[in-house]
Amino acid sequence: MNSLILRTISPFLAALMMLFSVFVLLRGHNEPGGGFIGGLIAASALAIYGIGSGVDTVRRAIVVHPNAIAGAGLFMSALSGLASLPAARPILTGLWWLPTIDGIEIPLSTVLMFDVGVYFVVLGSLASIALTLEEGD
Amino acid sequence: MLWLALAPFAAAALAPPLVHKLGAKAGWILAVVPAALFLGYASMVPLVAHGETLRAGVDWAPSLGIRYAQMIDGLSLTFALLVTGIGTFIVIYAGGYLAGHHHQGRFLAFMLLFMGSMLGLVVADDLISLFVFYELTSITSFLLIGFDHTREPARRAAVQALVVTGGGGLALLAGLVLIRLVTGETSVSGLLATPDVLREAPAYTAIFVLVCLGAFTKSAQVPFHSWLPNAMEAPTPVSAYLHSATMVKAGVFVLMRFAPVLGDTALWGTVLPIFGGATFLTGVILGVRQTDLKQILAYTTVASLGLLVMLTGMGSEHAIAGAVAYLIAHALFKGGLFMVAGCIDHETGTRDIDILGGLAGKMPLTFVAALLGCLSMAGLPPLIGFVAKEVMYDGLWELGGVSIATIVAVAGNALMFCIAGMVLLPFFKRAGAMPKKPHEGPASLWLGPMVLGLTALAAALALDGAVEYFVAPMTSAVSGHAAELHLHLWPTGLYPPVILTLVTIGSGLVLLLLYKVLRAAVAGLLDVIGWGPDRGFDQLLGALVRCAYSVTLLIQPGVMQRYVTATFVILAVVLLAPLLIDGLPAFTWPTNLSEPHYFVVLGSAVAGLWIVIIAKKRLVAIVSLGVQGVMVALIFMLYGAPDLSFTQFMVETLSVIILALVMTRLDLEATDHRTIGHKTKDAVISIACGLGFAVLLYGVVQQPLDMRLSDFYLKYAYDVAHGRNVVNVILVDFRALDTLGEIAVVMSAGLAILALLRLGPLANREPAPPGGGSRPSNASEVSA
Repeated sequence: MNSLILRTISPFLAALMMLFSVFVLLRGHNEPGGGFIGGLIAASALAIYGIGSGVDTVRRAIVVHPNAIAGAGLFMSALSGLASLPAARPILTGLWWLPTIDGIEIPLSTVLMFDVGVYFVVLGSLASIALTLEEGD
Repeated sequence: MLWLALAPFAAAALAPPLVHKLGAKAGWILAVVPAALFLGYASMVPLVAHGETLRAGVDWAPSLGIRYAQMIDGLSLTFALLVTGIGTFIVIYAGGYLAGHHHQGRFLAFMLLFMGSMLGLVVADDLISLFVFYELTSITSFLLIGFDHTREPARRAAVQALVVTGGGGLALLAGLVLIRLVTGETSVSGLLATPDVLREAPAYTAIFVLVCLGAFTKSAQVPFHSWLPNAMEAPTPVSAYLHSATMVKAGVFVLMRFAPVLGDTALWGTVLPIFGGATFLTGVILGVRQTDLKQILAYTTVASLGLLVMLTGMGSEHAIAGAVAYLIAHALFKGGLFMVAGCIDHETGTRDIDILGGLAGKMPLTFVAALLGCLSMAGLPPLIGFVAKEVMYDGLWELGGVSIATIVAVAGNALMFCIAGMVLLPFFKRAGAMPKKPHEGPASLWLGPMVLGLTALAAALALDGAVEYFVAPMTSAVSGHAAELHLHLWPTGLYPPVILTLVTIGSGLVLLLLYKVLRAAVAGLLDVIGWGPDRGFDQLLGALVRCAYSVTLLIQPGVMQRYVTATFVILAVVLLAPLLIDGLPAFTWPTNLSEPHYFVVLGSAVAGLWIVIIAKKRLVAIVSLGVQGVMVALIFMLYGAPDLSFTQFMVETLSVIILALVMTRLDLEATDHRTIGHKTKDAVISIACGLGFAVLLYGVVQQPLDMRLSDFYLKYAYDVAHGRNVVNVILVDFRALDTLGEIAVVMSAGLAILALLRLGPLANREPAPPGGGSRPSNASEVSA
């Protein structure tokens, strides 16, 4: 799309949205947010970046193909579900580690890993569709 | 004991790498597995002979009462020994027979998989594992029959076998489910402990028919018999193993397994002998006509299976003992004879008995093996086949003297005698033009038939032991009570069964002398009949495909408008039909719309809707439609569901973006061009749908809200899943499996959409392939 304003602002907007999407993803367990919505935001970021700066720029920027991102996400989610098997718990049972770094407790869990997987699937699938559609212009 | 039955599966995994490393010698090494299993099961023989039943099992799906359980009684043990014992020689034989074949590893793997399935079936104590292994034998035999998959007849035979036996297996599953419903029992041993429950159940007839369908298709009873001779398309080791010694007996096994609980009724005693007898005669009559050694043997297998079913149906102790002895005899002689046939084929290049000749001198070891097999098949002393025939006649005479069954048995056995002679002919008569100069094959080829033949001889000579350890325990298991058997190798007088034997041998000899006349007569008879079940199978499959095609054309016309119209019309009917029957829910005007922002939301939604309706351009309509979604998101927000609202906003935004992008790619007119009639139809459908939804939602709101689930999640979200956002906790923790499924759907839907997009205008940008191909005429406009 040939718009000077959009072309100028889209990289910044996309970067901001990306950052925001990660924020939304990580806070999801306790506040509104989560992997699905985070992935949607990230996909919108890539879509906007693509509209503003061209699809090739986006493809170069994300290095791997969006489908690979989605696939990795699905794999990651499934893997996080399997992690409970060695611990002799039913599949997809959440396991938690609460390491303390510098006095701050950091909750890590297979649940988080699962959510990050969801994030990547949504991001990858939608970005893939959006970018392909934009290429057709 | 539990893991013994699973060993062949492990061996199957080893087969391809082993063949890759060692070539054809791998057969000898892989044979160690069934040989060890044979010894393992053989060690249980004394225990079982003393009337014990061994059981073991592990829970599989305990909540459904499904276990993986094994039971070893006389019936399963004899079968297990046949499967592993004959299997040992077959694996060795397959190593030699397919030496140098580039798919030998795969072949041996299939073979061992089949062995595992069959073994699993015969030792199964749980109804579900029984079914699973039963179907596994169908699937593995499909792989084996279709092994030579570049040949069309092999593929057809494989598909036919799978459709017939797999279909029958489904009937068996239904039967097993009914059995479970009637008795509440999931284990075979549990069923056997309460033998009368099923017989007296009202569903007995249904269960009987379903189990019989499963058994008859698998054991190639008329009219399902045609898949078995066709299955001779498989390499000979397969035929030797599956279609003579073990696989086709799976059906007989099932009948024998359920005989104590389903047998001994008028239905059982009529249906089984009728089908079995018909199959017996069909098999021998069709067998006489053949000239191909393998085909001859295949039809006699059909016949033997018929005989087994017939005897099992008779149900008296001697009839069952006859079935058991004949089953053992048949496994030994037919397994051996098939290997002989393969050996002759391998060394002479043909299996046609009219061409073959003079092999007795050139292949002496093979000849001895064939002689033992044929004598047993003909029912001559001193082989186990003779003993089997004696006890069979004994049982039939006991039941009714000169009855139809007795006549069928004598006639069939006489023809069987004739066929056994035909199989021996190539060793004596003058040779035709054989493609190769015959000579003795390698040890791997004659060892199996030789050992099986000698076993048949030994079993007859050491008859008391064979009866005590194998025939009697198995007869007890099939008849459901301890059997006392006294069999003899040499007749001690001229009582009726011996006379029947003499009649059989006499008429068999006459038939053998006239076998060419007989063959011509059968061929003439078949010409008169013409249309058999084999043709019928093709017609049936053809009709099925044509039916599927026309149904697909009807419900998948490929026109988007029709799909959408159908979806919404059905939706409207589903929503509105209950209203017409039950009447409208009591309607009270909502009174809590006091806040001004409700009106803002409602007003915006109505305004957006109005623009959608009056919009002249599609793009405008799409964007205005987004207003609806945003207003819904606002409602979520106002009612305290920030998560939903958040997601709704994003989904709405993205769907507008993507729809807009799609619009630019589609070669649609920018403006609405529907006719008035079309518009009216669309309006009616959409109003009906909208009305339906509105009333439905209103009805839902009128109900008191059930808070049990919400309370549960609110209570446990933080304690169990360490999260305060209940929605997210449900998604990633409580119902994570659903989410996993959903993201898999998201991903595959994404891939599908991508594939569609790539098919479209994008492909048109590339230079046209030679020859052009069919393209939409508007392609250039789109990419321009």
